[in-house]
Amino acid sequence: MHTELFQAMAQSIIDGDPDAAAQLAEEAIEKGIDPLTAINQGYVLGVNFVGDQFSCGNAFLPELVMAGEAMKAAVAILEPEMQRRGSSRQMLGKVVLATVQGDIHEIGKSLVGTMLSAAGFQVFDLGVDVAVPKIVGKAREVDADIVALSALLTTTMVRQRDVIEALDDLGLRPKVKVMVGGAPVTSEWVAEIGADGYSEDAIGAVEIAKRLVGAG
Amino acid sequence: MPGKIKSITNPALRLQILSPEDVQRIHSATLEIIAQVGVRFPSHWALDLWEQHGAQVDRETFIVKAPPDLIENALKSAPPVYTLAARIPEQDLPMDGNHVYLGTDGCGVEVIDLYNGERRRSRLQDVVEIARIADYLEEIAFHWVALSAQDYPAETRGLHELRAIWENSTKHAQTESVYNQTEARAAVEMAAAIAGGRENLRKRPVLSLMQCTASPLGHDGGSLEAALVAAEAGVPVGFMTMAACLTTGPATLAGTLAVGNAEVISALALVQLAHPGSPVFYAAAQTASDLRTGAYTGGGPEDYLFGAATNVLADFYQVPLSMGSFATGAKQPNWQAGVDNSLSTFMACVAMSDMLLGVGFLHGSRIWSYAQMLLDCEIYNIVYKMMQGIPVDDETLAMEAIRAVGPGGNFLAQKHTRKHMRELFVPQFMDRRPYNVWEEQGDGPQDWALARARQILEKHQPEPLDEKLSKELGRIIAAAERG
Ligand code: B12
Repeated sequence: MHTELFQAMAQSIIDGDPDAAAQLAEEAIEKGIDPLTAINQGYVLGVNFVGDQFSCGNAFLPELVMAGEAMKAAVAILEPEMQRRGSSRQMLGKVVLATVQGDIHEIGKSLVGTMLSAAGFQVFDLGVDVAVPKIVGKAREVDADIVALSALLTTTMVRQRDVIEALDDLGLRPKVKVMVGGAPVTSEWVAEIGADGYSEDAIGAVEIAKRLVGAG
Repeated sequence: MPGKIKSITNPALRLQILSPEDVQRIHSATLEIIAQVGVRFPSHWALDLWEQHGAQVDRETFIVKAPPDLIENALKSAPPVYTLAARIPEQDLPMDGNHVYLGTDGCGVEVIDLYNGERRRSRLQDVVEIARIADYLEEIAFHWVALSAQDYPAETRGLHELRAIWENSTKHAQTESVYNQTEARAAVEMAAAIAGGRENLRKRPVLSLMQCTASPLGHDGGSLEAALVAAEAGVPVGFMTMAACLTTGPATLAGTLAVGNAEVISALALVQLAHPGSPVFYAAAQTASDLRTGAYTGGGPEDYLFGAATNVLADFYQVPLSMGSFATGAKQPNWQAGVDNSLSTFMACVAMSDMLLGVGFLHGSRIWSYAQMLLDCEIYNIVYKMMQGIPVDDETLAMEAIRAVGPGGNFLAQKHTRKHMRELFVPQFMDRRPYNVWEEQGDGPQDWALARARQILEKHQPEPLDEKLSKELGRIIAAAERG
């Protein structure tokens, strides 16, 4: 049943081809295939393959990012159909992600976002230079499990503490966990501000996030 | 006696890295990027300036598209030659294209303690101690504020750091830790106090500012405004692109050069439009991101090539260049650090970059190591020697000595040898001992470098800053703290 289509879906992810991925998603809807089946028996196999290749050093970062883009394109087409059928993808948790106010370092934050998405988290990436109320507001709005904060400057890492305090004030903690990262962040700092986790790279960030939602 | 400064001058080596046609193509691509793709200037002050000069400005996205002749004409007013002044004129640094000056690296977040070897967060006292050692070392011509004073308030930290430099060294101070207009105004006021008034500061800028661009094709609003404040006072400002192949730049080197070039020259053009004739410099530390992790590498062949190529661009625009060499990604002063810092520094020197940044960091500009600082100075000394090349004349051909020794024998007892032996390189930290001595002692370059750093710190007394001036700096900082 639809084996070829599923294979093509996986391949579109491996090729990092959003157009092909989207087109195959449309084809699946036309054929009346359950979107969740398309995702789990098609696209996800591609994601897993790229992930494995990446872990053993055969695939490079751009391939992982492009696989992520292709996956996003497919999901965007499948989403309305899933809603219509009242089904939804099983996600590991919701993460609100941002680089804190006054800080424009973007790469590390975005990589953390890519890896979390690839691992099955739903990520709300607010971008860089994001003010505390906006982060906290978003966390409340989407009922986040995790707030993830990047800060690369010694002058802006204090904002990580501000977010934690704001979440505390609203009584959102300990339900909402906070993880932090960036060049000046050390375990000492993490303890000082009472964050729930930190990591020095994006792969570690996924491990921490899984642990924080009890999935690791 | 002010310490002398060891700069590379009258280079004997040359490198062909970009042909004039290559440079022209990069330049044309750059102008096309600025005119058609645009560069982000997230500051209304900057946007107003662009608008007044006829550039196309989008107030919502902050993207500026400027026509090629606007950029080219603006850059023409940048002075090709000027001086970075020191507290004492003997240590002034002419930016004249015929000198390479070495600085410390800057704005690190942690330090490996000089005495107990532990890694910890940086504080003001570290800035003080590094400044004192750098004041002593003849290899180091100017300071970048090496570490962040994390024990001082974030809003005025950059000012406390500058005060620490001026109180502990007579050499020129450059900072990248001042990146908003409020802090920049106070920093300029402090510099004016040191120089003896605003007019003197314009003639003898004892301070210069380095701002990062925000690759790809953007700037930070605070950085732009800090630069405008400094330029108004005649304090030299530079913009550093850190575009990295793969993440903030295209995977190809030429493309990454073009992206970074668009950032830097658009910012320098803005500064010239606002304050024609103010001293500016090109700064760069491009690299390639790690293919597996996206990490900032601070090394590798691409990094070294950028080091030389960028100077060709800066020369084309007739502005000085500050080039990020050193700054290895290594975690200790080890093989990787040696490779990275030697090759990057050699390439930047052979192209005659005016300023080199900078000694002392590990882990991609994050962790200060005193051992690395001293070992980097030795790398610089090696390159310094290499840059003298091989002079060939009657004296250096040594025919007389060759005749005297003839086949067999040796040259040790020749007068000619005595006359020239001190021209040969004498390492401070290379291990040339017999194997058994090494085995018995179990020490090495790192230990010697650390011992040397401790010795300098304990013995060297920098020329003190006039107490009144010191108080005045304190007053300016206190005023800035009150807001
Ligand atoms: C590239 C870079 C830039 C680029 C950023 C480009 C971009 N579009 O993002 C540019 C040139 C714009 C830039 C600007 C500045 N920079 Co900068 N920058 C760097 C540099 C060299 C690398 C950062 C990077 O991209 N690394 C690659 C990514 C993949 O790694 P990463 O960011 O560390 O992220 C990883 C981990 O940290 C972790 N992580 C990150 N975030 C999070 C979040 C969570 C929740 C978790 C779990 C994990 C996690 O996972 C990530 C992926 O593996 C660092 C030095 C360094 N080695 O870190 C300096 C550095 C951070 N910058 C520094 C400075 C000072 C500046 C400027 C202030 C300079 C200036 N005067 O203009 C400006 C900042 C202006 C502002 N308001 O923000 C200093 C900060 C030091 C300090 N004392 O505060 C550093 C340390 C360098 C230095 N010594 O000078 N910078």
